[in-house]
Amino acid sequence: MNNNPYSPHTDADRAAMLKRVGIKSVDELLTAIPKDALRPKLGLPAGLSEIEIQQHLESLATKNRTASSGPFFLGGPVQRRYIPAAVPVLALRGEFLTAYTPYQPEVSQGTLQAMFEYQSLMSELLLMDVVNSSMYEGGSAVAEAAFMAVRATGHKKVVIASDVYYQFRRTLKAYARGPELEIVEVPTAELPSQADGAACLIVQHPDAFGGLVDVRPIVAAAHAVGALAIQVIEPHASALLEPPGALGVDIAVGEGQPLGIPMSYGGPYLGILACRVELVRQMPGRIVGETHDARGTRGFVNTLQTREQHIRREKATSNICTNEAIAAITASVYLALMGPQGLRAAASLSVSRAHELARRLAAVPGCSVAMSGTFLDRFALRAPIGGFDLRWKLLREANIIAGDATLDHYPGRDDLILQCTELTTEADMGALEVAMTRVLADAREKVALR
Amino acid sequence: MKRIRTQVVPDDGVETAVPALEPLLIEIHEKGRAGRHVRGGDDAARAIPAEFARKAPLALPELTEPQVVRHFTHLAQMNYAVDTGMYPLGSCTMKYNPKVNDRVASLPGFADIHPTQPDDTVQGALALLFELERLLAKVTGMDAVTLMPAAGAQAEFTAILMFKAYHAKRGEGAKRRRVIVPDTAHGTNPASAAMCGYEVTTVKSDAHGNIDLAALKTALGDDVVGLMLTNPNTLGLFEERLREVCEAVHAVGGLVYGDGANMNALLGIARPGDLGFDCIHINVHKTFSTPHGAGGPGAGPLCVKTALEPYLPKPRIVRDAEGAYHRDTSGTDRWRGPGLGESIGQIRTFQGNFGVLVRAYTYMRTLGEEGLAEASNDAILAANYLLAQLRDSYEVAFDRPCMHEFVLSASRQKKQGASALDIAKALIDEGFHPPTVYFPLVVSEALMIEPTETEPRETLDAFAAAMIRIADRVKTDPASVKAAPQHAPLARLDEVSAARYPKLKWQRPT
Repeated sequence: MNNNPYSPHTDADRAAMLKRVGIKSVDELLTAIPKDALRPKLGLPAGLSEIEIQQHLESLATKNRTASSGPFFLGGPVQRRYIPAAVPVLALRGEFLTAYTPYQPEVSQGTLQAMFEYQSLMSELLLMDVVNSSMYEGGSAVAEAAFMAVRATGHKKVVIASDVYYQFRRTLKAYARGPELEIVEVPTAELPSQADGAACLIVQHPDAFGGLVDVRPIVAAAHAVGALAIQVIEPHASALLEPPGALGVDIAVGEGQPLGIPMSYGGPYLGILACRVELVRQMPGRIVGETHDARGTRGFVNTLQTREQHIRREKATSNICTNEAIAAITASVYLALMGPQGLRAAASLSVSRAHELARRLAAVPGCSVAMSGTFLDRFALRAPIGGFDLRWKLLREANIIAGDATLDHYPGRDDLILQCTELTTEADMGALEVAMTRVLADAREKVALR
Repeated sequence: MKRIRTQVVPDDGVETAVPALEPLLIEIHEKGRAGRHVRGGDDAARAIPAEFARKAPLALPELTEPQVVRHFTHLAQMNYAVDTGMYPLGSCTMKYNPKVNDRVASLPGFADIHPTQPDDTVQGALALLFELERLLAKVTGMDAVTLMPAAGAQAEFTAILMFKAYHAKRGEGAKRRRVIVPDTAHGTNPASAAMCGYEVTTVKSDAHGNIDLAALKTALGDDVVGLMLTNPNTLGLFEERLREVCEAVHAVGGLVYGDGANMNALLGIARPGDLGFDCIHINVHKTFSTPHGAGGPGAGPLCVKTALEPYLPKPRIVRDAEGAYHRDTSGTDRWRGPGLGESIGQIRTFQGNFGVLVRAYTYMRTLGEEGLAEASNDAILAANYLLAQLRDSYEVAFDRPCMHEFVLSASRQKKQGASALDIAKALIDEGFHPPTVYFPLVVSEALMIEPTETEPRETLDAFAAAMIRIADRVKTDPASVKAAPQHAPLARLDEVSAARYPKLKWQRPT
């Protein structure tokens, strides 16, 4: 009898195997384990059948309010975007999904060529020389980019704009505890004044609020003192904006989830890391290169591995081993299907809708768009009610998930950041406009009564 | 299915025939081809000032969906995977990846939720994560768990950051600067320690394949942060004096980190928390059956004893008196409340690789207490069964009962004219994925074999027969082994020139 439904062994198999080993029981193989610790009772529930587990997971899943089940304006590093039908069909094929890291290139050309194509596609999008074959997600990619700059310059001061996503800044701060780096956080406009003695200046464009940032003077200020310029990018925005490679940026990093990867409540995602070719030896993670086989046929291999932990151990550029390969393959499939027109269309629709929404909400009494300059596909909205309360009221009263509140995350701001994408509909915008009007009117009434 | 494509050689612009298994996307691009997945937004340009607008060309390939589908299907067909055959990579635990796990992870209620949604709107997801933490604590014998790390290596880094905070709290941060790793450790261990600014001291193994206790004691001192230990170790052997090892580290005030890469040997067999470890990570993409995804994603939950709990990353997942779940302890999704406290902070953008964790939870609940214990039992039996069949044909690195994997040495074959790498390539022609080769570093010509519990006995027998056939061929005709693989999509690849003349992206046809 099998307690493990995925076990192929019958009792006769097990008996034959024990006999071949020359033992009566597996316990005879476990003599190195202290007797008092052997075969403990774990206190786990008994196993379930497939139908039972399916139903149990469905019951948990239905307790979550999905993005598609009502107006939805949350975004930031993770965005609700349209995923073409062919994306999961191809990227999640068993031959990709159930393979390991391509240690044996002769039987891993599918993975390796797909990764090479990911590197190439991303390089075209960002106009950067080299893209690695993925980091965990955006935040740790930012941290690893800072580590690259520290190694390249020998300086331990990392300057980051306070308009970079707060989750990325937090991740950087936790990582920085390792090599004991000094992290300086200043508004984007003050980055150049902090360049002295810095390993890098980290700017996000478009910033966390969706605002467009003039990156060139920041790059110039960094380069003037021998520091590196790091830009946090967004893949869809890069289709419309001058890409980091054209702005003179040394390292471009970002979250690749919007490229066909589901939001999945935190991961798995795709950390994008790209750099100038001069920095490639400082790069963490795997890189795939083109070569040929013994018969002269083109093929692909993991390359420049002398940077990596399995060769260099404590002298490696990073400890990263497992990465997010299937997410990189997903991004390749997505970009191949969308093409330049499709990517631009998705990015442009997001921009149009964000500007339309901003126009409509700015007309709601009490609301204002809290942006000092031009924005792309999201913007900060200020209201007489704080961002957290406003978001809460919109959810409770109108089932609207209305963006990220900024208090505690961005100094001196108590706003709501509203993200639009190609999936934002006219009805969503209308519902938000109506609900916002009502919620703010109710709030005024309460104040008047008081 | 080999095709010939022409490629423009960039130096002289001459078109040359380059044989290729499958063209690159850029080689099937034709200007004007496009799908219609999304269209519109033509008015957006007005919103973007000219100085910001993209002037660089957006030279992504223009393709149609049927082309893209065939392209990636062809690529997939070139891959060896668990779904296609036995994949006995040592220390990687390439067990079967159940399909129901994939299906539930893609339920809209899990896949279509945003990581910063208010906690009230994701109670099912938080409940699952909370329950998974408890299951993992029980399996490992630990007290508290973070699900945040994306992989084993990130869990290692997280733990060493926590060790750093722990020692700093005791006023010993400045003096404790050394991390000890055995010479059998995965490369990630010393790399993680180095990322925390620590010096690494490597301790050798003894004649029985254990960490050398005497050498360890010599290396220990009050400047030691801790020891990073894989158990069973990468030789597939359970450390015979494990408790003494842990006690020696604790005696100098150090902490013991458990690298859980080999936890598939221990489910219901022994709990690291009962053996002296202060913490251990789990590679759910090994032990709990989540697919490796051609290199990732994984998830690396970190399970710790109470003494380390205050330093765990935040946000944590908590359940309040009414049974509602929250991130952190503030009772709302605002990350205010108590703030970071002694926590090392947030080591990634969001709460974890949720889609992977859903699969791990599903697996654990499917197998349950008895099924998990049976899985480890069968994994150990399968490894010893294979070892018994192969011990006459190959040298055994350390000859005692193994756990879920074992390490052979091809040093005899090397003398006869074929290396571990050659044997690996010959296995490809036999229809198997090769084992891990040249690791651990302490065994010359190492072949590290982990069959897992999900390979049928007839497959184990066929693998053993293939290994024995190859050993026989090495004796009589080593050249034929060196010429392998002959039946893979490609022959051996030139890795040296790949590294010497790096081509890291395609050349856009001009």
